[in-house]
Amino acid sequence: MKEEIIIAGFGGQGVLSMGKILAYSGLMDDKEVTWMPSYGPEQRGGTANVTVILSDEKISSPVLDTYDIVVALNQQSLDKFAPKVKPGGLLLFDTSGIHKVPERDDITIHPIAAMDATLEIGNSKAYNMVVMGALLEAMRYKLPMENVVKGLKKSIPERHHHLLPLNEQAIERGRKLLNKE
Amino acid sequence: MKEEVRLMKGNEAIAHAAIRYGCDGYFGYPITPQSEVLETLEALMPWETTGMVVLQAESEVAAINMVYGGAASGKAVMTSSSSPGISLKQEGISYMAGASLPALILNVMRGGPGLGTIQPSQADYFQATKGGGHGDYHLIVLAPATVQEMVDFVALGFDLSFKYLTPAMILADGIVGQMMEKVVLPEPRPRRTEEEIRKQCPWAADGRKGLRKRNVVTSLELESSRMEEINHRLQATYRQIQENETRWEEIDVEGADYLIVAFGSIARICTKAKEIAEEKGIKVGIIRPITLWPFPTEAINRAAQGKKGILCVELNAGQMIEDVRLAVHDAIPVEHFGRLGGIIPSPQEVADALEVKLSNKK
Repeated sequence: MKEEIIIAGFGGQGVLSMGKILAYSGLMDDKEVTWMPSYGPEQRGGTANVTVILSDEKISSPVLDTYDIVVALNQQSLDKFAPKVKPGGLLLFDTSGIHKVPERDDITIHPIAAMDATLEIGNSKAYNMVVMGALLEAMRYKLPMENVVKGLKKSIPERHHHLLPLNEQAIERGRKLLNKE
Repeated sequence: MKEEVRLMKGNEAIAHAAIRYGCDGYFGYPITPQSEVLETLEALMPWETTGMVVLQAESEVAAINMVYGGAASGKAVMTSSSSPGISLKQEGISYMAGASLPALILNVMRGGPGLGTIQPSQADYFQATKGGGHGDYHLIVLAPATVQEMVDFVALGFDLSFKYLTPAMILADGIVGQMMEKVVLPEPRPRRTEEEIRKQCPWAADGRKGLRKRNVVTSLELESSRMEEINHRLQATYRQIQENETRWEEIDVEGADYLIVAFGSIARICTKAKEIAEEKGIKVGIIRPITLWPFPTEAINRAAQGKKGILCVELNAGQMIEDVRLAVHDAIPVEHFGRLGGIIPSPQEVADALEVKLSNKK
């Protein structure tokens, strides 16, 4: 098993922390993991992205050309990374604010209405966990939910642990986004 | 007890490793991409547990001189910065080399010259391995490729610098500083007691308490014949370090047609590039110098025997390539590939460079 994933969007959408929770969940599932962020000025309002690799074996390069999975949360990121999905790979994107959808027939494309689902939950900060729910559902590698919960606990500072149920709820809501289609 | 596996940034890992090593003091000034070192130390508050001092100095120059002071009293002290900050520290580093003081210095390199960019770079290779400050001296330079090596090299760097009484540098880059990976932290060790320090460092200016002649720690010696002696003694130490402490990693060198030489996180990108090249039938071996000084000259010379060419991949315009060419006496083609100013090459770019610069030639 090896999943090479990039999550990309605006700074502030929770891209880096979603990557961290995903990486920690993989770690809890005894996988090798790397988490490589774009850092610096990009974090402050521009585009932000993070490459997460989950693997059974030791990981060589934390930096990649092409990805098994691209998660794009704005138009810029979709334009930039949709061409970099490996043939047979997976593209997830949030439909809100997207006016141009990529045309590729050699990959699986899942448009998800993550922003709308987040508004239903009523806490916009849970957005990245809604996206993560969809990703977990779409991924070939089935990360057991118990390890995702452990990953959440490890990633979120203890003073915020009262928010764990909200995060789990958001993940479950995200999973349903995918099943609907 | 089962070792606890954790996910950590390279910079955070350095802070944890320093406390667990029994480091006596950290003096630094924030700069991207290594600010998490100081931030993590402040969050962990080791002054309340081990008694380690953590101090944000007023400048890089102040920080390195605090390190000089701590080291002169036999303490295990360190500083960290990124390229422009490391330039500011060079005077202090040269003084410590001249005064034969142990210390650990971390450089998480960013693109230069000048204030440059905050993105990753390896353009301080010359500065780290060929002096940096003035005078005939060398640092022991360790180049970590993984977050685990960031952890391991804290202990190694301190141990070597106390063994040979010369400052050691961890030469990392923004990639390994910022990325998160699995790490296993070592068991915490207590800081050395005053008595242990007195025993280990009889030269230290730690207060003679009426028991001995005073110790003087200085790099100043106006009598030229004595200054020459000091220089000869330093050079003898450097020869010893070269003999005993040269470290490197080899991947599939035997049977390969081409070699890639790369250090730090870039060597990992090259490992992926090697896989891409091999799909095209190009057989590649990799040598990753772990100590950049002392440089694995003989290992590279040996590995180069019978090879068709070497590609040096560095995030600079070609610095380590000079040492590689010296190692192989230009007996085979040695080419450089690198990106500048904070751009990270992709594995495909490296594989393409290997093909264009070397394997297409014959």
